[in-house]
Amino acid sequence: MSDRPAEPDGVVGTLTKKDFTADREVRWCPGCGDYAILATVQSFLPELGVSPDRIVFVSGIGCSGRFTYYMDTYGVHGIHGRAPALATGIATARPDLHVWVVTGDGDGLSIGGNHLIHALRRNVNIKILLFNNQIYGLTKGQYSPTSEEGKVTKSTPFGSVDHPFNPIALALGAEATFVARTIDNDRQHMTQVLRQAAAHRGAAFVEIYQNCNVFNDGAFDLLREKPQGIHNQIRLEHGKPIVFDEGRRCVAVGDNGRLVIADVETTPPDRIVVHDVHGRPSLAFALAHTSDRPTEPTCIGVFREVERPVYGEAMDRQIELATQRLGPGDLDQLLHSGDTWVVR
Amino acid sequence: MTKAVEERQRVVIRFAGDSGDGMQLTGDRFTNATAVLGNDLATLPDFPAEIRAPAGTVHGVSAFQIQFASEDITTPGDHPNVLVAMNPAALKAELDSVEKGGTIIVNEDAFIQRNLEKAHYTSNPLEDGTLDGYQVYRVPMTSITVRAVEELGLSRKEAERSKNMFALGLVSWMYGRPTDVTLNWLQKKFGDKPQVYDANVAAFKAGYNFGETTELFGTSYRVPPAPAEPGTYRNVSGASALAMGLVAASVRSGLPLFYASYPITPASELLHELSRLKNFGVRTLQAEDEIAAAGIALGASFAGHLGVTGTSGPGMDLKAETIGLAVVLELPMVIIDVQRAGPSTGMPTKTEASDLLMALFGRHGESPMPVVAAYTPGNCFDAAIEACRIAVAHRTPVVLLSDTFLSNSSEPWRIPEVDSLPVIDPRFATGPNAGTEFLPYLRDENLARPWAVPGTPGLRHQIGGLEKDESGSISYDGPNHERMTHLRAAKVAKIADDIPPLEVDDPDGSAEVLVLGWGSTYGTIRAAARCVRERGLSVATAHLYHLNPFPKNTGEVVRAYRKVLIPEMNMGQLAMLIRARYLVDAIGYSKIQGLPIFAGELEDRILEVMQA
Repeated sequence: MSDRPAEPDGVVGTLTKKDFTADREVRWCPGCGDYAILATVQSFLPELGVSPDRIVFVSGIGCSGRFTYYMDTYGVHGIHGRAPALATGIATARPDLHVWVVTGDGDGLSIGGNHLIHALRRNVNIKILLFNNQIYGLTKGQYSPTSEEGKVTKSTPFGSVDHPFNPIALALGAEATFVARTIDNDRQHMTQVLRQAAAHRGAAFVEIYQNCNVFNDGAFDLLREKPQGIHNQIRLEHGKPIVFDEGRRCVAVGDNGRLVIADVETTPPDRIVVHDVHGRPSLAFALAHTSDRPTEPTCIGVFREVERPVYGEAMDRQIELATQRLGPGDLDQLLHSGDTWVVR
Repeated sequence: MTKAVEERQRVVIRFAGDSGDGMQLTGDRFTNATAVLGNDLATLPDFPAEIRAPAGTVHGVSAFQIQFASEDITTPGDHPNVLVAMNPAALKAELDSVEKGGTIIVNEDAFIQRNLEKAHYTSNPLEDGTLDGYQVYRVPMTSITVRAVEELGLSRKEAERSKNMFALGLVSWMYGRPTDVTLNWLQKKFGDKPQVYDANVAAFKAGYNFGETTELFGTSYRVPPAPAEPGTYRNVSGASALAMGLVAASVRSGLPLFYASYPITPASELLHELSRLKNFGVRTLQAEDEIAAAGIALGASFAGHLGVTGTSGPGMDLKAETIGLAVVLELPMVIIDVQRAGPSTGMPTKTEASDLLMALFGRHGESPMPVVAAYTPGNCFDAAIEACRIAVAHRTPVVLLSDTFLSNSSEPWRIPEVDSLPVIDPRFATGPNAGTEFLPYLRDENLARPWAVPGTPGLRHQIGGLEKDESGSISYDGPNHERMTHLRAAKVAKIADDIPPLEVDDPDGSAEVLVLGWGSTYGTIRAAARCVRERGLSVATAHLYHLNPFPKNTGEVVRAYRKVLIPEMNMGQLAMLIRARYLVDAIGYSKIQGLPIFAGELEDRILEVMQA
């Protein structure tokens, strides 16, 4: 198996959204944020110039899990939480393929949390899209590992006493080499994030705030809807000062060295944080914590992007080196290894 | 002085010492020298789960048993003729198993007050009559070893460490084992550490010469080579044979081997062996857990590799979910279960064969899958190829059962010609199979579906755990589900057309009792049957290699005998299946002590069943 080809292959003519759209009726609830994500992904993929024959989508269980059936690529709809494991096998066996994982907050962070963090630390060449709607949708409305404390659901009639995960912080803690967040209804922003994720060598983690209009409607309204969204979205751009709210507010270094939200007018320019995706993970970690919930100023965009050896490539290199050193495996020689004797 | 040499047909030796004493290594080296000499042999390593159990205690004793003979043998022997005990704890732990009147060689230096206390001896067994009736050799192994290596400038502790080589040298002399095999191995192993090498060689030679020159030992023994089919032989453990079998399946199928596994006793050995074979293109991945290991292997299979995962019982519990997915995806995958004593953590280093029903039924829903069980260390090689062959030919996950005993024990193995090994044709789908369409669940004559790997132009398809109809679309239709359930079952049942019939060994054709086995009881059953036949009685034996589906003639075979006795290292799992499937009143014989069934025990049971 060769490394990922530098040139797209197997592509005849120009690809369009249609080439990635399966001939199946999409069956999410009307108004679900998943529709927008699906449309954005299908519209974005043609620009990669990669034949759908070389793309694999892998998903787990939950509403997000159905994604694979709607993509006209190779696809595996796996088991609950295990998509990163299946995808690790696929991507490691076949570095020539483009492997995408679609998961949710329950699938990826609860039952499959272990596989997620290990795929990230290994830097397997997979792109992970985590649809975070802060609720269990397919099982009809229990709280999820990203639901806020106090969340009243069917399984928490007196309010949840669980502290939620911050998916971005978790991915950073797992040493992910690419960590980003986007929002279901912002096609342009999501496309830009997907573009950067696709270009990243290794594991890319993209959290997508996704509205579940049936069981958790409006969870992200203060971030995704106008006009509040304009005040609360902190759009991260590498190399630029982190300013938001139409230039009124910024992320600044406070007196004790912690990041604070401040007014631009009263902040000395050298205190305004300049975003650096390649820099210290602590900056990205702090940016993940500008707010506890997506109801206050919250960062979207790429938090971190660094280079590290890609898992499958490193494994292939070991095979190459071993083959150079020992010669290609000779089965007869292997069977005869150690002490042998002949009976005549 | 020329010492007498007596000939022996078969000998069972048990090396026992502290788990840090290197007894497994000693046994292993003795085995190799014995193999090269051309004796038939079988071994039984028996060690505690703790890596370094408290020194000198009975539960920290590690033992290695070998039976070798000038004739065909099939078990490591029931009762040792010779026990080498490196300390009082080893003597205490092992004495009961030694044959009456057997030979006991002790490291006399270790029988000091402190060690006696640790072994809970209230008086010294070398002196209080405990060993009356045995032939006891008291050899100061530690002090002679220390003296033999004193010029090498090692610390006393380092010097003492070579005492296992002294023991090996001594026993090698007693049984006329070639020294060059051990010396060559030491050269290979320690050639770059001259001091360690010199110490081991000096200790080994000191042991050998001690036997030859002192008057303590008047006789040495000769066990002539066993007759064997012509060919080139080597000694092989079940774990190595399994690893080589997987590589062979990869070579003979052209599919790269992808082995994903999580460390677990006793299956880790397989991960270790395979991870060294990178130049065969073998990918090994130590996963974050058992679940991931199965998922990664299945992902690799989807991508067109030979996906294999290996574990033991506790890992099988966790892999069940992924195996169920593999059943529905209908992709080739091999799951190796090196069984150990359960339930739960059980006895991790002790053998048992109690995962048979789990292999067959341990998933929710109707999820049939083929099961193959290896039956000797050497057969692990063939069983690995067979499991891969069935998986690829029939597009199904396959469970391959081994066990701790098979994995750790070893036997001489006639090395097969590579060209004689089965060819496995992956038969990848390369184009549409229904006009211009590609239907991922369209079945062939084996009822197997096409294997279309990602990257194949035009064969894009989406599969998953949800029920499908025959076109591959999701279906919640009840009658469709029933049809698909029957199809999956029929596909597995049809594998019976693709496996050989059950062979029966019934030399005079007049036996009324059939001993039916599976897995590692093979050697015991053969040995026990031989003893029964030596009494002039008739008994038939048969061994199931395929546990699902059974060979087509199984019903016919079990119904042909008045009685069917099924010895198993579980509470009667095969017996339950035979009763259920064929309405035959099979009689179970269970042993669940973490040890193989002894031939003598089984012989007694066969005689009882014959008389009943």
